[in-house]
Amino acid sequence: MQHAQPYYVPSPSYWPIIGSIALLFMGFGAAFVMNDVAAGPWVLILGLAILFWMMFGWFGTVARESEAGKYGPQEDISFRWSMSWFIFSEVMFFAAFFGALFYMRVLSVPDLGSGATGEYLWSSFKAGWPVSGPGIEETFRPMGAWGLPALNTALLLTSGVTVTWAHWAMKVGNRFQLNLGLFLTIALGVLFLFCQAYEYAEAFHEYNLTLEMGAYGATFFMLTGFHGFHVTIGTIMLIVILFRCLSGHFKPEHHFAFEAVSWYWHFVDVVWLMLFVLVYWL
Amino acid sequence: MEAVHGHDHAHDHDHHHPTGITRWLTTTNHKDIGTMYLWFSFAMFISGGLLALGIRAELFQPGLQLWRPEFFNQLTTMHGLMMVFGAIMPAFVGFANWQIPLMIGASDMAFARMNNFSFWLLPPAALLLIASFFVPGGATGAGWTLYAPLSIQQGMGMDLAIFAVHIMGASSIMGSINIITTILNMRAPGMTLMKMPLFVWTWLITAYLLIAVMPVLAGAVTMLLTDRHFGTNFFNAAGGGDPVLYQHVFWFFGHPEVYIMILPAFGIVSQIIPAFARKPLFGYSSMVYATASIAILSFIVWAHHMFVTGMPAAGQLFFMYATMLIAVPTGVKVFNWVATMWKGSMTFETPMLFSVGFLFVFTMGGFTGLILAVTPVDIQLQDTYYVVAHFHYVLVAGSLFALFAGTYFWLPKWTGNMYSETLGKLHFWCSMIFFNITFFVMHFLGLAGMPRRIPDYSQQFADFNMIASIGAFGFGLSQLIFLVAVVKCIRGGEKAPANPWEGADTLEWTHLPSPAPYHSFETPPVVK
Amino acid sequence: MKKLSLVALASATALCSGVAVASRLGLQDPETPIARQIYSLHSLILWICVVIFVAVFGMMFYAILKHRKSVGHKAAQFHESTTVEIIWTIIPFVILMGMAYPATKTVIDMKDTSNPDLTIKATGYQWKWGYEYVKGEGSLTGVSDGIALLSSLATPMDQIYDPKVQKGENYLLEVDNEMVVPINKKIRILTTANDVIHAFWVPAFGVKQDAIPGFIRDTWFKVEKAGIYRGQCAELCGKEHGFMPIVVRAVEEDEFKAWAEKHKTAAVAEPAPAVQVAAVDTTTAAPAAAAGPVDGKKTYDGLCAACHGMGIAGAPKTGDKGAWSARIAQGPATLAKHAIEGIRAMPAKGGNPALSDAEVTAAVEHMVGLSK
Ligand code: HEA
Ligand code: HEA
Ligand code: HEC
Ligand code: CUA
Ligand SMILES: [Cu+2]
Repeated sequence: MQHAQPYYVPSPSYWPIIGSIALLFMGFGAAFVMNDVAAGPWVLILGLAILFWMMFGWFGTVARESEAGKYGPQEDISFRWSMSWFIFSEVMFFAAFFGALFYMRVLSVPDLGSGATGEYLWSSFKAGWPVSGPGIEETFRPMGAWGLPALNTALLLTSGVTVTWAHWAMKVGNRFQLNLGLFLTIALGVLFLFCQAYEYAEAFHEYNLTLEMGAYGATFFMLTGFHGFHVTIGTIMLIVILFRCLSGHFKPEHHFAFEAVSWYWHFVDVVWLMLFVLVYWL
Repeated sequence: MEAVHGHDHAHDHDHHHPTGITRWLTTTNHKDIGTMYLWFSFAMFISGGLLALGIRAELFQPGLQLWRPEFFNQLTTMHGLMMVFGAIMPAFVGFANWQIPLMIGASDMAFARMNNFSFWLLPPAALLLIASFFVPGGATGAGWTLYAPLSIQQGMGMDLAIFAVHIMGASSIMGSINIITTILNMRAPGMTLMKMPLFVWTWLITAYLLIAVMPVLAGAVTMLLTDRHFGTNFFNAAGGGDPVLYQHVFWFFGHPEVYIMILPAFGIVSQIIPAFARKPLFGYSSMVYATASIAILSFIVWAHHMFVTGMPAAGQLFFMYATMLIAVPTGVKVFNWVATMWKGSMTFETPMLFSVGFLFVFTMGGFTGLILAVTPVDIQLQDTYYVVAHFHYVLVAGSLFALFAGTYFWLPKWTGNMYSETLGKLHFWCSMIFFNITFFVMHFLGLAGMPRRIPDYSQQFADFNMIASIGAFGFGLSQLIFLVAVVKCIRGGEKAPANPWEGADTLEWTHLPSPAPYHSFETPPVVK
Repeated sequence: MKKLSLVALASATALCSGVAVASRLGLQDPETPIARQIYSLHSLILWICVVIFVAVFGMMFYAILKHRKSVGHKAAQFHESTTVEIIWTIIPFVILMGMAYPATKTVIDMKDTSNPDLTIKATGYQWKWGYEYVKGEGSLTGVSDGIALLSSLATPMDQIYDPKVQKGENYLLEVDNEMVVPINKKIRILTTANDVIHAFWVPAFGVKQDAIPGFIRDTWFKVEKAGIYRGQCAELCGKEHGFMPIVVRAVEEDEFKAWAEKHKTAAVAEPAPAVQVAAVDTTTAAPAAAAGPVDGKKTYDGLCAACHGMGIAGAPKTGDKGAWSARIAQGPATLAKHAIEGIRAMPAKGGNPALSDAEVTAAVEHMVGLSK
């Protein structure tokens, strides 16, 4: 464990405190918006603006430090640990929502339609899945698996391949294929998001499927929504990486930022597969 | 000894030190950040404590004297939230920041800048919580557990609390990633995992718990938020949801959370008892395994908070057995500590007093926990003051006393001065006595049938409530002694030697002067 | 100083136990088989814990006294022993199994709600209880079917708010309408709630069960002694959580039949008697499902019912005479003014400024009509 160069400790920085101020405004702003306080949207937008400024500045600093060769092998290991555990925390976040889906499908919905609960409170309710809930009069159509969702699965799986191809190109030093692979990944990600948006529009207008549609509506939109949000973030990160590649960043043996983003992308991929099976298909 | 620290080393990276407030706003130094964590948590302890005094003042006698019932509920809720998320958790992170790099011979935390961010997220979260008292409808009064559907009914204060929880969650996750990475990747050469001080071990395991459960809490409150404002029906039967779903998700977080608040305390005590018994910790490796077992078991016991929600007998039995099992590894720890003291050569400076106090009183809390774990008994005691007594025994006499112990123990290293032993001892004895006056009687209240979270009670509970309230004010005042002792120690006092404790043998004592220099271990020490 | 503190500690303990003699230190006297099981289970476990506690801390205090530096004790250096580690892992485990065994039996008994003689549905409202004697297949079928009553706190407000007023003997534990049950019969309680979670708790029966909106849960008891048993709502349910007691009057079977006879006729013959005997509407048991009565003015249904239908945010519930009587007494003009301008948590015009004053006033009239 002898290390050639001392561990890099960055010099004092304003970015963290700027980030906290951003979150302070965002917290108040969001609460205001949700409670119809007039100033709400402005406070929220201000918070978001500061947040973007902070991210831009902070990540820029990190990229410069990286290019300046401040991160040695030990720092590299740190980055790997931290990205892995960050992704693990994301897994647990999704686990909460998958847990809710499981609970509703397997426990609460059947409960509502059976036993004393069904008999005394919801006598006209037939449990089953997909279902909204015993108190919801309106009806909806569920989202089938084999239309757009299947296409989306194909898109994401392909993007997993292209990002791996880009990684391979990075390692052998083929910048053209690297850039092309990245570009294709981004394009597939964006396409996915378009399909997803189209699917949502269809759900709203043709299936009468909204967040308000009880158990099915809530779990469907929250799970796919948070996933879509993660794809958006992933895509933005890929775009940043592409720009860095285009301006000549990274070396065949030193490109953890790229790898981190591709890990993230694979994670998003796996979540989608779970969604496809548990939300759309079964 | 002096050779290792690197104050006047030529180092290749640029440390210009801003001064004044900018130093604290922008710092990337683990000691500065640790200090800020500790002061922040003390401020929150005082705020949460004042709310507790508000509770105790109203409960001093039957009848409604001071507050309207809805405000009383807000006091209870915010007391719980502030103490758990504002006082206890950040205090332990403060210890982690100060001590982990020193104890494993690292130059700093793995991500020094993110470390600063983790800290500075807390003040905005605290502001959101405090501000919620002043919005229309006031703060949330749904209990710190924020059970749906009561939490769905609350006003804007609830949304502020939800966002505060999100922000504190982000802070905890970043903090834990930092701690894990530091421990796994920055140990000095020769410091194998099984040579790490136990405090470091307990934090490694705690950090895993945090990463696993904070996101789940974030998910739970996010569902609350969408149920409140976006028409989802997660917790509404009419929409196929279930209020009990919230409780499952919350307690999947909540139970590991209570071990998050106690494992680092175990770590601190495991450093202190051997030091003052002048004898190595008994059963080091079994301590490590016990800690890990507690952490693993903590994921399968959550529904012991939900025995009265009406789950099937099989569920009740499973969660009862699993919960009871936790007594085994915790017992191993207690026995190991006693065995460490056995045939030692003990002295009783303040850190040791608090550790022994911890051991004695925490174990009582552990036993009441075990009594609660037995389903039929819990059904009688759930949501009564017996539960309040249980968790203050483990949280105040457990976590808080361990924090006091650790503070006195490391103050000489942090400030370079010795604290006043007289003040320390006074603080201990006052705390110990008033603590028991306040909380011991709550067992009787709970057994006799006083529900928790009520602003007014029937006459049969009057005597004990009066005692508890007197004790609470005494306990609160005793904390002023702590404040004075710490401030005096920072300001000056007898100079501390590098190792003022005969039996302490971790790196910060053996390799660094007191106070520890601003930058320590820039070249890692070699551990045999 | 240490001596002083010890003296203080001792006197504090003495003080506590002095008071303690006057008050009670343990669980309430058990009055049902289950409560008795719980009682002895608690005693058993408590004593096991006390014994372990004394043993462990006896050792510790012995060490503290004898193995201290000031008496010249030199530290031994042992720090490991796999044998003792195994012993003190196994022994606690065995003790725990000894506790788990009787506990398991009690759990199974508690859960056995089959074959009740009488079934009562207890519905939690913010903040009172509704009891409905439902049709059951038990031996008391038909005796009390259809009786429904609402049970609210009977302690006068001035006892709560005015320290000069003497508090009654059953301060906060008294209600206007008690739940009446026959002794020596298996009573099954179905719990549910109308708004948030409440919990039905009678300590002497060893019965506590959350009442969850939209779901039915059940529990049971069999009282052996006639008498009045008092409990409280045991789940935080909003501002008056501390003020929704549960009182059960257990009577001989004959007396129960007489009571049932009287209340059945009361429920049928007098739709609005002086005592609150109102049929609890089962369909409102779920929160969002059916908010408010079926007929009524458009404004009310479209807006006011959002809060007043279920009593959200502390709004007086439409139809809740208790909550409205004092308000109605202020006179229609004041009520209308408050509704138009808002008062405390009540938003001006219910939060919709587009409404005309007349529309709001009409809505108020409608609500008052339903709540008189
Ligand atoms: C630091 C925090 C902390 C800790 C460490 C614990 C530790 C334990 N807790 Fe506690 N608990 C809380 C904080 C904590 N708890 C809080 C905050 C709540 C309330 C939340 C709320 O509702 O607001 C709560 C509530 C709570 C409940 C729910 C009560 C209710 O609401 O009805 C239960 C039930 O099982 C429980 C059990 C236990 C058990 C079995 C342990 C065990 O870990 C204890 C193990 C220790 C010992 C047993 C002592 C030492 C062992 C020996 C000496 C060995 C020999 C012993 C035997 C063989 C018996 N706790
Ligand atoms: C995490 C740690 C923690 C800590 C340290 C404490 C500390 C204290 N708590 Fe605790 N408490 C909780 C966690 C904690 N609590 C939780 C989680 C709940 C459940 C909430 C819920 O139901 O939702 C709870 C609930 C709770 C209740 C039950 C409320 C209810 O059910 O309605 C009570 C009642 O007595 C209480 C009392 C106290 C007291 C007197 C202290 C004292 O130890 C506080 C002492 C500190 C001070 C007093 C402040 C510092 C000193 C000064 C500022 C000096 C000046 C002092 C004077 C002038 C006197 N708490
Ligand atoms: C956001 C919830 C909410 C809505 C919507 C609402 N109310 Fe209220 N209302 C309340 C609350 C809370 C109170 C109790 C205020 C108090 O006394 O503290 C109340 C009280 C009242 C009172 C009694 C005032 C008094 O003097 O005691 C009247 C009359 C009333 N509302 C009428 C209406 C009418 C008419 C509407 C619709 C146009 C309406 N409310 C819509 C929450 C609401
Ligand atoms: Cu109803 Cu508490
Ligand atoms: Cu727990």
